[in-house]
Formats: sequence, C-alpha cells, structure tokens
Amino acid sequence: MSSDTSRLGLYLLLAPIFLWLTVLIILPHVGLFIVSISEKVGPRDYDTGFANYAAFFTEPLYWRTFARTTIMSVLATVLTLILGFPIAYYIAKLTKGRAKTTLFLMCMIPFWVSELVRTFGWMILLRETGVFSNLLQYLGLVTGPVEMLYNDAAIMVGLVYTSILFMVVPLVTTLDSLDDSLIEAGYDLGGTNTSIMREIVIPHAMPGIVSGCIVVFMLSLGNYLTPILLGGKDSLWFTGMIYTQFITRFNWELGSAFGFLLLALSSLVVFLGLKVSGQSLSNTMGRS
Amino acid sequence: MNKSLLVSLIAIAALAAPMSQAETLRLLTWGGYAPEDVIAKFEAETGHTVEVTTSNNEEMIAKLRATNGGGFDLAQPSQDRISSAQEEFGIYKPIDMSRVNAELFIPSMLSATAGNTTYDGEVYGLPHVWGTSGLVVNTAEAGDVRDYTDLCDASVAGKVSYRLKRPTLIGFAYSMGLDPFAAYGDTEAYQDILDQVEAKLTECKPNVKTYWGGGDEIKNLLRSGEVIASMAWDTGGWQLNADNPDITFVAPEAGALGWIDTFVLPARGRADDAAYDWINFVMQPEIAAMITNTAGNFTAAVDGDAGVNADLKARYQGSFDQEAIDNIKWYPPVPAGLEAMEGSTLDRINAAN
Repeated sequence: MSSDTSRLGLYLLLAPIFLWLTVLIILPHVGLFIVSISEKVGPRDYDTGFANYAAFFTEPLYWRTFARTTIMSVLATVLTLILGFPIAYYIAKLTKGRAKTTLFLMCMIPFWVSELVRTFGWMILLRETGVFSNLLQYLGLVTGPVEMLYNDAAIMVGLVYTSILFMVVPLVTTLDSLDDSLIEAGYDLGGTNTSIMREIVIPHAMPGIVSGCIVVFMLSLGNYLTPILLGGKDSLWFTGMIYTQFITRFNWELGSAFGFLLLALSSLVVFLGLKVSGQSLSNTMGRS
Repeated sequence: MNKSLLVSLIAIAALAAPMSQAETLRLLTWGGYAPEDVIAKFEAETGHTVEVTTSNNEEMIAKLRATNGGGFDLAQPSQDRISSAQEEFGIYKPIDMSRVNAELFIPSMLSATAGNTTYDGEVYGLPHVWGTSGLVVNTAEAGDVRDYTDLCDASVAGKVSYRLKRPTLIGFAYSMGLDPFAAYGDTEAYQDILDQVEAKLTECKPNVKTYWGGGDEIKNLLRSGEVIASMAWDTGGWQLNADNPDITFVAPEAGALGWIDTFVLPARGRADDAAYDWINFVMQPEIAAMITNTAGNFTAAVDGDAGVNADLKARYQGSFDQEAIDNIKWYPPVPAGLEAMEGSTLDRINAAN
C-alpha cells in the first residue's frame, strides 16, 4: 500500500517532464519524420521514400551549405573560447566579492535584451552609414565610407557576441572549483605560467570548456537571425535554407528532411568533438 | 446552489445570444490593409470584433497549410497564389457570390480575379488591393536606371539591392526580352528562361550590396543612401518620396509587375458572416480610400480613389503615365510546381560566387 502511494507520487512528479518530452519534443519529431519521408509525386499525391534525404547528398549546394555552416560554427566556437577563457579566468580567479559579481553581471547585461535587438545594434555599428564607418572617417583613417556589414566576418562577430555568455558561465563555474593552493603548489614546484596553465588549469577546466563549446556550437549552428541579418549575398546558412524550404518553396518534405539531417549531423559533430577531447557527455554535463 | 446555477445559466445564455450575430473575425492580412480607424468603425457598425495578423504571401499559405485552413476567418494572399495552393493543399473554401455586394467592385477586376482564382469550377478569390513592383531609384544619383537590367550597370555598382525571390526572376526575364508568363504552362520553355535569367543574375551579383528581405530593410537602405537603385514595391517608393523628393518609384521600360491582393476564406474559418461583412464594409468607396491612404495602394472598389489624398495621387501619376499602365504585366496564376524550379534557380544564384 505504502509503496503504491510512493509510486503514484513518483509518477505524478514525473508527469510534467514526461508530458513536456512527449508533447513538445517526441510527437513533433515523429510528425516531422513522417513528413520528411513523403515524396511529392503531384498535387495532393505523395509516396513514401527517402528521396528527400538523397537530395541532400546529391545536390552539392545543400551539403556544401551544411559544411559551410558547420565550419563557421566551429570557428565561432573556437573564437568564443579564446575570448571567453581569459574573461572567465579573470572573473573566477583574480577578482573577489563585489568586483566578481559586478563583472559577472556585466557579462550578462547584453542578454537582457532580445537577440534581435542585439543584432540590430551590430547593424547600426557596422553599416556603411553606421557608427564605426563615421568614426573612422572622422579620425581621418579612411577617406570614404566603409561597409563592414553583409560579410562572413560580420556574421562571426555576431555569433561570438551572441554566445559568449554561454561559454563564460560554465568556465567560471569550473574554474571557481579549482583550489588556488594547487596553482600555488605548481609555482612552488618551479612551474612556469604556461606549464601551470597546461598541466593544472586547463585539465581541471576541461569539462567546462567542453560543455561551453557544445552549447556555443549548437547555438551557432542553429542560429537563424544573426546570419540572415548580418550576412551578405553569399552567406547561406543551413537554418535559413530550412526556412526557405518550408515557407517560400512550400516544400515541407525537403525542409523536414533537412531538419533531421541537421539534428543527426550536429550530434555527430558533438560526438566527434567529445571523442577527440577525451571527454564523456555525462562527465561534462554532470560537473558544470 | 441551484440559484447560483440558474444565475450562471442565464449569464451564459445572455452571453451566447448576441454571439450568434457578433463574431470575432480573425484576419490574416498585409501591413496597412486593416487600419485602426477602419477596424474601429467596423466594430461600431457591426458589433463584430477584429483580430489582425499581418503576414506575407508565403507565410499566409504556410500558416494555413499548417492548420489545414484553420485559425483564421479571412486571408488576403495575391491572386496568382490561390488556385495552385488550393490544388495542392485545399486550404480555402469557395466564395458565395450571393453574399458579396458585387456592385462595390470594379467589374473588370472582379471578373479577372474570378477567372484567375477558379479551381474546379469554383471561385475562391475577390480582388481587394492592387499595386505593382518595379524600380525604386534615387533619381539624382542613378537617373539612368530605367529597366531591371540597368541594375547591373557599372555606374551603380555596389549600390544596388533586390530580393532573391520570384518577382526578380520575372522582372529580369521581361527586361531581357523574354516572356516568362507565356511560358508558365511549358516546363521546358520556362526552365530555359530561368537558365538565362540565372546567368544574368549571377553575372550581376558583384553589383549587389545585399539582397533585401523586408520592406523596412530596403526603405532604410534607400533612405540612408547606401543603396541608390533597387527593385521594390511602388508604395515603398512613394513613401520614400515624401521624405526625399529624389527617391521615387519608376515603372520599368519592360513593364511593372502587377499584383492583386484578394479576399479568400480559409477552409476551416468559423466566422464567415463576419468575413462577408468585412468584405462588404471595406469595399465601400470611403473606407477603401481610408485603406489606400494608409497602405499606399489603390483598391478594386468603385470610386475608391475619390477620397485618396492628393499627394499620393500625384506620386502615382508621376510614376505611371497611360503607356506605363498599359504595359503592366499582371501576374497570371502560378501553376503548381513552378516554385520548385524557381527555388533551385534562386538557390544557385545565392550560392554562386
């Protein structure tokens, strides 16, 4: 009797997460998968098959766009790590008390406005008649207006800016847990700055680095706004392509297949990343 | 207990009684087609309430497709996108002409739209607002741009913008002396036209600053002077003309592309009465003029241009002489499946270096 009640309690507690998973994650994906394996023969006439998936591999444009998106996302992740690590190290190790909270808060302030507003902010800064261009002209460094928007570098800036918080937070958490005495011991034993960084700090921060990288990579890969608004005429992004298939081409079948391929291929990239860095998912996600 | 039940029953009955006449009209339309003052007047006159969702052609069809034609009671896609969407997805229901006050419509437009939106013997669309797309040019700096292909001229290099969508393909094809609308029914001939346009647009790509996506984006680019020649809607050009007299809409030599936005009833709309009331309400000449003054485009209402403000009329006449009006290329209905061909062409142009 008592075990029955506790089991009921367990089920009731599980119900929200179970409902959330089923209704919002599993069911839509099943629906999407069914759409993705239907091939259009004619109006209101569909066959079942994997032609949509085949189209991704046979049409160079599609997989090239995916490859481009992946490479740019990896690059954005690396840049975010390079920028985020010193910030996180400074916040976690070199500041105390109030200064620490203030700095942490300053990292978060840009995230109080929506991504759209942040991206528009970058457009105002980078455009030909924008702030940077006028400043450079005012300082006499350039003679005419310079266009800094609508290219891959602008996308990169936007992506790094959008995702840096998601790198800094896990890094600060893991670096916080590193005992200062370990670093001091390293110096006592004659370690240099680089060797201490390499032998003590980075190995300890590895779970934070990997989980930050996974989050940033996924956010960049799945980003839609930043590449569309900041990118130029050659800047195809895979999510933009999915949008086009769904909305402007009325081709939900191909769009759904692309969605699944994005899910599968990005999982594969993360898996390879974990293998290369020698981390496991439970280790990285569990500790940070 | 019983008493309170009785009270609530009465309350429900009291609420339900006017409900049978006053409905909520969920309107899926374009920005500017349902101005606040028109809605207020309509609500006061009929007792219905109106909920407006603004969108564009593709999103309207996508939204209705996602719900099999539910969620909205009246939608306003362009006339060329109705019969194919009906054929493929079955998202509309036929118009009951007996409930429409046909006298309010300009007869030639009513019959043309009826012809273009007929599927399986039933009419699905009524004309509402019409307009064109062509060139919006800063005449002081790019006065030589008179046709779509002039956008590829070296004199405007780097200061050009257009959309990477089907109107661009059609416009360039006409400008290159081809006739894409005549080839709509012939897949091979149309593909041939698309291939030629693709070559031209790929060659033209270095001239383009960026491909614009939304109306506000292109207006910003033109207003700031970053773009001096573009392919855009007539209203956008006229709005900019009010701020900067140098910028205006130019009807291209090859012909402006004419569209008519319609009224259609989504297949699972629930408030047909309100929808017909709205149609008959907004087509009255004075209401039509109010809509023209906010949307910037003229309507298919008889005498609808009488109450339009003089500035807008002057701009319209400045862009269109009689010859330019006769030269407007009206979009015929898009056959199902054509978008897929255009889609891959656009993708290739986008990816080309």
